[in-house]
Amino acid sequence: MTCDLCDEKASVFLTQIVDGQMQKVNLCETCAQAKGVTDPTGFALADLLLGVGEEEKEDLELETDDLPVSAPAVAAEFTDLDENTSCQACGFTHAQFKKAGRLGCSKCYQIFGAGLDSLLKAMHKGTHHIGKVPKRHQAVVEQRDELDNLRMQLEDAVTREAFEKAASLRDQILKLEAEMAQLAADQAANPPANVVS
Amino acid sequence: MIRFDTLLESPADWMRQGTSHGDIVVTSRIRLARNLVDHAFPGWGRKQENEATLRVIQPMVESLPQLENAFSRHLNKLTAIQKQALVERHLISREHAARAAGSAAVMNQAQSISIMINEEDHLRMQSIQPGLALRESYQILNEIDTELEQSLEFAFDKQLGFLTACPTNLGTGLRASAMLHLPALMLSDQVNQVIQAVNKIGLAVRGLYGEGTEALGNLFQISNQTTLGDRELEIIARLQKVIEQIVNHEKNARKKLLSDNTTTLCDQVGRAFALLRHAHVMPSKEALNLTSMLRLGVDLKFFPAEFTVVLESLLMEIQPAHLQIRADRKLPTQERDEMRSQIIRDRLKSLPEPDISNALQSLDEGSTNSTEE
Repeated sequence: MTCDLCDEKASVFLTQIVDGQMQKVNLCETCAQAKGVTDPTGFALADLLLGVGEEEKEDLELETDDLPVSAPAVAAEFTDLDENTSCQACGFTHAQFKKAGRLGCSKCYQIFGAGLDSLLKAMHKGTHHIGKVPKRHQAVVEQRDELDNLRMQLEDAVTREAFEKAASLRDQILKLEAEMAQLAADQAANPPANVVS
Repeated sequence: MIRFDTLLESPADWMRQGTSHGDIVVTSRIRLARNLVDHAFPGWGRKQENEATLRVIQPMVESLPQLENAFSRHLNKLTAIQKQALVERHLISREHAARAAGSAAVMNQAQSISIMINEEDHLRMQSIQPGLALRESYQILNEIDTELEQSLEFAFDKQLGFLTACPTNLGTGLRASAMLHLPALMLSDQVNQVIQAVNKIGLAVRGLYGEGTEALGNLFQISNQTTLGDRELEIIARLQKVIEQIVNHEKNARKKLLSDNTTTLCDQVGRAFALLRHAHVMPSKEALNLTSMLRLGVDLKFFPAEFTVVLESLLMEIQPAHLQIRADRKLPTQERDEMRSQIIRDRLKSLPEPDISNALQSLDEGSTNSTEE
């Protein structure tokens, strides 16, 4: 077992309950000393994990926007992936995620997303976003839902051998797919500033 | 474009005005996290990549009508002390202050809107308002977000919502928080109960300085923990309800202190008054705790109402980085404590002695009202 802060052998093992969540930290002798872990009164696990040094706290004396959730504890839940699994877009590895609790890029969610559900359930109110959708995505999201719906209807129609209905559904699907291609082309023709062509 | 000195010389809008519950809810803040598609998050991106995203984002942010004549600076163009002063003003996070090349901070002169570029996420946008004004804050920020998404493509997933570097911010990317001043709950030993109750319903409570229940200056920050699975306005409504309840608890605790523990209350406010007016060495923490008692005194009408604004600005002026910018050099702690006491004595020169009669009168009125209800 290695230290969570450096790669030395860990000899101090801590468990703390924060907001009803169990958090575990493994530290080597040096890091434990440096973080004041030996003095239980002046020590909060979350502070350590957020990387807030005592000195910094004294000087800055202000709050952080981050939550007292242990990032490594969060990431440690991802156990069903190989440590060497990496994101093709940015090269971030699963081992690094376990260590940092942060992902490398937005594409990482497709790679490390497996097993995310139980984690999100524990962390959030739900696992599906129901809030604001950017304009760019609104039409796409609606069309995708519509397409899924039509395809399922088509399957049903084929199963019950309603071929006339199926033909009509197929035409609708082809039409919608053409519309979606057109929308994608339009959006590609007017790329936002950050999309490099 | 305004200069750093101009920015710091002007008090933030929220320090100047109070609104509903203004005496207990100091500020309301909303933060939104956004990232660009096809780019590594700032924590993983190489310097070159972060500089590239910065070059794309910064002009878009600067061209927002809400940020006309803003302060906009790359973080490597600011000194450590300057960055720390921005942290003291709640304009950038500590994490952001630790960054340099490839990151920037943009904010308006009123200091009601602040955009951090390449913090943990490509964009961390914040709106801060005085008093309990979470919805208003959100509206201001939502308009900015809607405007930016026209020119920038944000990383978004149909199921997971806005994609963020840390999974704790997925979905809405929204953190709503309010800074509450709870001296009476603290004095009557009830504050821990309140904190525990709030924690139980999934909200986070932190002191001004982070972890631990005993907050300095009796200031507490309450915010949502979950960002996915709820609409923005539901998150805000839930938080707002809890805040309103806490405000009521604090109001009741104040009434009770005033009627049952008049002497203790007067003693606390009187001591704070005497020490702040006459001390010549004033450490930061002591100053915050004493100022909290004076603020309570203003709220209870021991002092004229206009001193709220004086105290609010004073709290900023006496923070370590603000002091060192004023002195134009790095100051050791002892010198800071002396300088702090000097500024406090000066600002509070015209503060009259506490007058308890107004408070007792309003207590009588208050109790008559409550029996009528």
